[in-house]
Amino acid sequence: MIQMQLPVNTAVVSAPAEAALLSVRGLHVWFELRRWGFGHAGYVRAVDDVSFDLRQGEAVAIVGESGCGKSSLMRAILGLHRPTRGEVVFRGQTVSAFNARDLRAYRAQVGFVQQDPFGALPPFMTVARILEEPLLINGVKDPAERAARVRKALEEVKLSPVGDFLPKFPHMLSGGQQQRVVIARAMILEPRLIVADEPVSMLDASVRVEILRLLRGLQETHNLAVIYITHDLSTVRYFAERIFVMYAGRLIEKAGVDDLLQTPRHPYTHALLAATSDPDAHNATVFKEVPPGEPPSLVKPPPGCRFHPRCAQAIAGRCDEHVPPEFAPQPGHAVACWLHEGPDAPA
Amino acid sequence: MNTLRKAWQDLARYPSALAGLAIIAALIALSVYTLIAIPYAEAIRLWRGGEDVWYENPKNAQPAWTNWLPGPDQPETLVLKSAAGEALRTVKAVSGTTDIALTFTFDYAADGFPQELAVYFTSQFVEKQPYVSLAWHTPDGRDIRLGDFSIRQSETFRLSQDEKLTRRLKGLPAEQGLFVVPSEAGAAPAALTPLKGRYELRISGLTFEEGSDLEAEFVLYGQVHGLAGTDHRRRDLMVALLWGTPIALAFGLLASLGTTVTTMVISAVGAWFGGWVDGLIQRVTEVNLILPFLPILIMIGTLYSRSIWLMLGVSILLSIFGGAIKGYRAVFLQIKEAPYIEAARSYGAGAGRIILVYLVPRIIPILIPQLVSVIPTFVFLEASLAVLGLGDPVLPTWGKLIDDARANGALFQGQYYWVLEPAVLLMATGLAFAMVGFALDRVFNPKLRGV
Repeated sequence: MIQMQLPVNTAVVSAPAEAALLSVRGLHVWFELRRWGFGHAGYVRAVDDVSFDLRQGEAVAIVGESGCGKSSLMRAILGLHRPTRGEVVFRGQTVSAFNARDLRAYRAQVGFVQQDPFGALPPFMTVARILEEPLLINGVKDPAERAARVRKALEEVKLSPVGDFLPKFPHMLSGGQQQRVVIARAMILEPRLIVADEPVSMLDASVRVEILRLLRGLQETHNLAVIYITHDLSTVRYFAERIFVMYAGRLIEKAGVDDLLQTPRHPYTHALLAATSDPDAHNATVFKEVPPGEPPSLVKPPPGCRFHPRCAQAIAGRCDEHVPPEFAPQPGHAVACWLHEGPDAPA
Repeated sequence: MNTLRKAWQDLARYPSALAGLAIIAALIALSVYTLIAIPYAEAIRLWRGGEDVWYENPKNAQPAWTNWLPGPDQPETLVLKSAAGEALRTVKAVSGTTDIALTFTFDYAADGFPQELAVYFTSQFVEKQPYVSLAWHTPDGRDIRLGDFSIRQSETFRLSQDEKLTRRLKGLPAEQGLFVVPSEAGAAPAALTPLKGRYELRISGLTFEEGSDLEAEFVLYGQVHGLAGTDHRRRDLMVALLWGTPIALAFGLLASLGTTVTTMVISAVGAWFGGWVDGLIQRVTEVNLILPFLPILIMIGTLYSRSIWLMLGVSILLSIFGGAIKGYRAVFLQIKEAPYIEAARSYGAGAGRIILVYLVPRIIPILIPQLVSVIPTFVFLEASLAVLGLGDPVLPTWGKLIDDARANGALFQGQYYWVLEPAVLLMATGLAFAMVGFALDRVFNPKLRGV
């Protein structure tokens, strides 16, 4: 009987993992603080128990304010930080268990688009060299093949005529062009997943839409999974299928874009949406309600729900004592808030 | 390529840099000339050679250019060899013996007396030694007997040291007595002047065997010699001045390159890996900064070996963990946090590639001026070691010249040229590299731009 059950169990457990391109399970990224250089002085809990799955071809946005742990989460996914606990699983394999060669192979499948396009490009290399570097590192030995792939990548990000851009140094390009080079570099190894860390926040408003449209177009043509990290909800609407809201190191709400924007469940998401500016003359005369206080310290986060000190609807004796698990008020919508416990939770 | 041309154009705006570059180019040209004209083995043979190599040179002679200065002109060395046809030779065979007459004729126009006079004989015979008698004919027609004696295969007759001759010349040594104006004889030695005109040295030889022969070489040692002068061992200082150039440049350049590049790579490794690696490098540097540099070199030179290449190696080793490591580290720590480094890691660049391809190029602008400015430090170090008696025992270098000059009291005897010549070359080298280095610093270091 037991022998019969085992294969069935394994199949059940591994099925979602195979379906998902990337799954993050119970991920913790903590940084140790030291006192006098050697004494232990606690941890900065930058990412605390984060889990989600990402399918091939799916774009998700991770939204949260500065310092909420978005970048640490991103670095752990890229394999730049070792998770303190939990794991990042890519196509059924645990990233933190990779050896140097596997890690390089993994990084070739994950593209990285950074926030500051000028800083992201080595100032002493030409565009041609910048785009060649990932190919050189990943063993593309034939110079003709490298040159062809560089040209193709530049065409894909619509930097043409390609020949004009190849010999240029980053400082000779505009911000938008620089970001296109960064995207081309992320795409040149033909990745399955792109991690974009606030890719448009440092660009002029006029260029933002084009860059987002370019990313969206690439995602659709190559069936890429995209993790789009931002603090700006207004750009999310046009880009992602799902939104994860992050607060103080935790994902507090995960839902489809329309679902979340229309019926936000978590009080923090409410506040975040309310604070998003819309170009509307009416807004000039209205004072928006913003939750009082500051985001909590990640060294000593508040017990229970981390938002409770700022939450108007906090339930004494519950929100300040017990960490809320994820509730699902409707299918595909998860929220970590005690207000949504059970069937009689408010809509 | 464009960057290089740009850097050159920027550099060319500083006249001091151009002057420095000109001096460096001259020094390099001199080195190349030296290496071709006096190969290493020849230089060593000359510099280690004694009387056998240098017997034709005067001792402690001033450079010839001192005659251009106001004051009496001193004679230059005159070498006349009968074997080279520089003597009138008449041969007469008379009943088993042969008369060989050699007459050396020369014009004497200097205001001072020669330093020394000598005749070197060589002869071939089986049993019976040839016999020679020497006579001196002055421009005013006097004939002075110099001496008669039989000669061996190789015989040296030092006129200056022949006491009988000195007595015949009324107590004056030959180099004065044979030249002095007759009316002045008996005056104070400092007031004597030589008679100018055509002199003759007449050697009449007698050989007593068939096939026996003799040759003579007359050397009038002057008071000035060549462009550089000579030292106490008759060696031409030019050999050391010439050979000191490539050695100084090679020592300075190798030490500077070795130190700067290694220091940079080590500090990059420390900054990149951080943790205990960085800690170890920093602690080693701090300890090394306290260690006395010169005493360690002196200890090695005294106890182990004074080879210039060993000294070079030890100098590099001790300088690698120098203060520069801290400076480079500060820059690297800043560059390390740049987003493009994170990007490089995200597409799989390893630690080695990041250090060499991403970190190091950023520091080149700081490195190049540093590299050039540090060269004279090592050139001076080599000279200092030589002056301390720790110079390479074989190689002729600028430092060795100064050391020899010091050891022989050159400055107390007015032989200023012995110290001045190597010192000028050392200063010119230091000045040239310093001028270029400062200009490079202005060109490459953004903080000094436009100041």
